[in-house]
Amino acid sequence: MAARVITLTSGKGGVGKTTATANIGVSLARMGRRVIVLDADIGLRNLDVVMGLENRVVYNLVHVIRGTTEADRALIRDKRMPGLMLLAADQHSEKDEISEDEMREVGEALRAHADYVLIDSPAGIEQGFRNAMAPADEVVLITTPEVSAVRDADRVIGLTEAAGKPTPRLILNRIKPRLVARGDMMDMDDVVDILQIEILGIVPEDERIVAATNRGEPVALQMGSPAAAAFDNIAARLEDSSVPLIALDGAEPGLLARLALRFRHGN
Amino acid sequence: MGLLARLFGRTTPADGSGAIAKKRLKFVLEYDRAHLSPGELELIRDEIIATISRHVNVRREDVNITLEHGGRLVAEIPLDRHAGPTAGHRA
Repeated sequence: MAARVITLTSGKGGVGKTTATANIGVSLARMGRRVIVLDADIGLRNLDVVMGLENRVVYNLVHVIRGTTEADRALIRDKRMPGLMLLAADQHSEKDEISEDEMREVGEALRAHADYVLIDSPAGIEQGFRNAMAPADEVVLITTPEVSAVRDADRVIGLTEAAGKPTPRLILNRIKPRLVARGDMMDMDDVVDILQIEILGIVPEDERIVAATNRGEPVALQMGSPAAAAFDNIAARLEDSSVPLIALDGAEPGLLARLALRFRHGN
Repeated sequence: MGLLARLFGRTTPADGSGAIAKKRLKFVLEYDRAHLSPGELELIRDEIIATISRHVNVRREDVNITLEHGGRLVAEIPLDRHAGPTAGHRA
């Protein structure tokens, strides 16, 4: 299968891009795919630590770009999940030290090594974001169901389309079904109605993620937690878009999300 | 909470903070997408009133300029047909 390069982005920081990238990577690898997770947050690297691979980083993205090493030698193979590889960010450069063209070249080089390249974008909409977007075939937008995140997500949709990329698909992250039931949190229908893009996945708030990050063991490595199930569902839907959206306890996928209508441009 | 949600048996309070968040977002995003701010809209309203008033008399308080879904500025400008022109700059 031809490699798919997918950038996960958000606008707002802290909504769960890195956790999602790590876990979707794990889920896809468990399905037998070769997956490279790429940390594009130069200067503020986190994907390595979330995955628990921080002690194995020797070479990073900037080494590959500068030609110091081949991509293959910079990739860290995750011993817990065959097929899963990490290309870490550089911790000491800055985001405008590399260009979109250089990122595109790296994207091309990585295609040979994997079925999926998942790019963890930095927060914001500046050069780091543009760099992360440059190699993407597809874009996934992550937001939480809260006012600032959704507003920023809307801006990112516009910027993604302006960059000539396909309309992003949405992951609604950190949903709290009890708050939704009480009317104190927007649900997926609300967010889809506002942003008018298709939904890829929904992920509940899951306390286990705190411990998982502490240990450097992405939750999706073990089955059985609500968040792990949600990430598995997202991976399944990436592989096959006809797989139904997971139903969260107490928050049934709404009609709009199930139909996954496209209507952002007033069609 | 919309009709669809009621049809599908959800009973969340329609005046909960989630519904408020949604309304506020829909409002502010129309402006964000139009690269306009609500404050600027007030300035536009004043300028429209000033321009139109040079030609016909306008009921200021009833003039309504709104930003509609999909990025359309819609102006409702009730005319005052009983008074003469106010700012007389007609050539």
